[in-house]
Amino acid sequence: MTTATGVHAPPGVARLLETLGAWVLGVLWIMPLMYAFWSAFHPAAFSTNFSLAAPLTLENFVKAWHAAPFARYFLNTVILVTMVLAAQLVLVTLAAYAFARFSFPGRDIAFALVLVQLMIMPDVLIVENYRTMTALGIKDTILSIGLPYMASAFGIFLLRQTFKTVPRELDEAARIEGCSPLQTLWRVYVPLARPTYIAYALVSVSYHWNNFLWPLIITNSVESRPVTVGLQVFSATDQGIDWSIISAATLLTTGPLLLAFLLFQRQFVQSFMRAGIR
Amino acid sequence: MTRTREWLYAWLLLLPAAALLALFTHYPAAANLWHSFYSTPKGARPARFIGLENYRALADDPIFWQALGNNLWYALGTIPLSIALALLMAIWVNERLPGRGFLRLAYFTPTVLPMIAVANIWLFFYTPQYGLLEQLTGALGFGSHNWLGSKSTALPALMAVTIWKEAGFFMIFYLAALQSMSPHLAEAAAIEGASRGYFFRRVTFPLLMPTTLFVLVNAVINAFRLVDHIVVMTRGGPDNATSLLLYYIFEIGFRFWDSAYAAALTMVLLTLLGAVAIFQFMFLERRTHYQ
Repeated sequence: MTTATGVHAPPGVARLLETLGAWVLGVLWIMPLMYAFWSAFHPAAFSTNFSLAAPLTLENFVKAWHAAPFARYFLNTVILVTMVLAAQLVLVTLAAYAFARFSFPGRDIAFALVLVQLMIMPDVLIVENYRTMTALGIKDTILSIGLPYMASAFGIFLLRQTFKTVPRELDEAARIEGCSPLQTLWRVYVPLARPTYIAYALVSVSYHWNNFLWPLIITNSVESRPVTVGLQVFSATDQGIDWSIISAATLLTTGPLLLAFLLFQRQFVQSFMRAGIR
Repeated sequence: MTRTREWLYAWLLLLPAAALLALFTHYPAAANLWHSFYSTPKGARPARFIGLENYRALADDPIFWQALGNNLWYALGTIPLSIALALLMAIWVNERLPGRGFLRLAYFTPTVLPMIAVANIWLFFYTPQYGLLEQLTGALGFGSHNWLGSKSTALPALMAVTIWKEAGFFMIFYLAALQSMSPHLAEAAAIEGASRGYFFRRVTFPLLMPTTLFVLVNAVINAFRLVDHIVVMTRGGPDNATSLLLYYIFEIGFRFWDSAYAAALTMVLLTLLGAVAIFQFMFLERRTHYQ
């Protein structure tokens, strides 16, 4: 398929200039990451000395791993991300179904109230949510990190749009077969919305893997800190300025996500695209 | 199903999500307004009603005004540039340039990384004496400069990080829009003899308008929502030169534990976000092509 700009392919010199520009920008964009790789895989003495003779080493990773309880932080993040996603999938599916296929009094107002969260995200309500968590007595738990994000307006919006594209005939056929609304949801809507679910799951996982400010505020112990907060605690305390170890720790904490991204690059990009067109 | 049963069913489906939304979005927004009229409880002294006292303090607080000003400059400095770069990137990646796969990877990767990790990497990049930037400017014969330690360059240095992080994210939305555009448009324009620049100005760019507005709204929200890199790189310093609104709220609320004043500050942030919502409602919802 020719793309819209494909026909207007730049001729000769212009094309060369554009390629050059695109590459300069590309190199500029990847450089900080390449640099982190360099300093993480080389001895500290070579962290600003770019010599081909620099010996490769895994020493920095070993040191970083032993300097902080990263294994526990990873476990916490995995629990957090799984818990949030599981809760989101259930809550969002039910709510989106109600908005897409039921008519009930107050639906439009309820939907508008849901959309409020697109603007006023839990990220900015830190003061009051901290108060609530204290009142509930669940401060400094993994649950308290995830709870404000579980009912996701973005997810409800995204899935409602998808559910609305499901042909009514399929819905009616299932009802005639004797399916209850919940059975219809499970057998007709959920399977048809698979791509949306995958897109949403990827966006959600990367958001919560990366989230920092709220976990920083609400957690206070090794048992509940996710890796992002663990990394900050690690690099802010007396590591001196051993950048090689900090680089190694940085790559360590982003490693799984980065690896998943590199392996499933196409799906990632397509998921973000799908999540964006709404 | 009877109508009443259907209503009941729908509300039951909605209930779990509605309860959590009410508890962690609507209630805190309302409670925040309420608490902003009270004093912060200290020790045995409970919170008492003080009316607009917190807001009066806010109006007289030079750091608040500076944080607000910083945030506006930060938004102004990062949003147009990252959107322009995003559009450029999308156009390049959409074309058959050599190394397209690498380019897409390079542009998009910063988006996947946590801001906190990114900030650590950039912190080293900016380090005085032996950071990468110092080495570069040193090799070119410029003097040494403490980028994050000087009041005039700290905020721009943080803006660079934000632009770097966000351009690739916005690129995705432009790419999606470009790919959904009919190729016949370009073909027809080519037959008519329209130049590439003319085609972009008169066809592509106007068609991308809804995407631009969508990206713009997201960029504005992010400019007020994301302060992770400030916690890592400058802690609002030097001399509050990089304190953004949410960062200042975080400092007041969780370093000085003045929750009532933090509530008043949060109201300012909520008002700003509300203004964005109204803008979106007026311009975006009506003009989107995909709804």
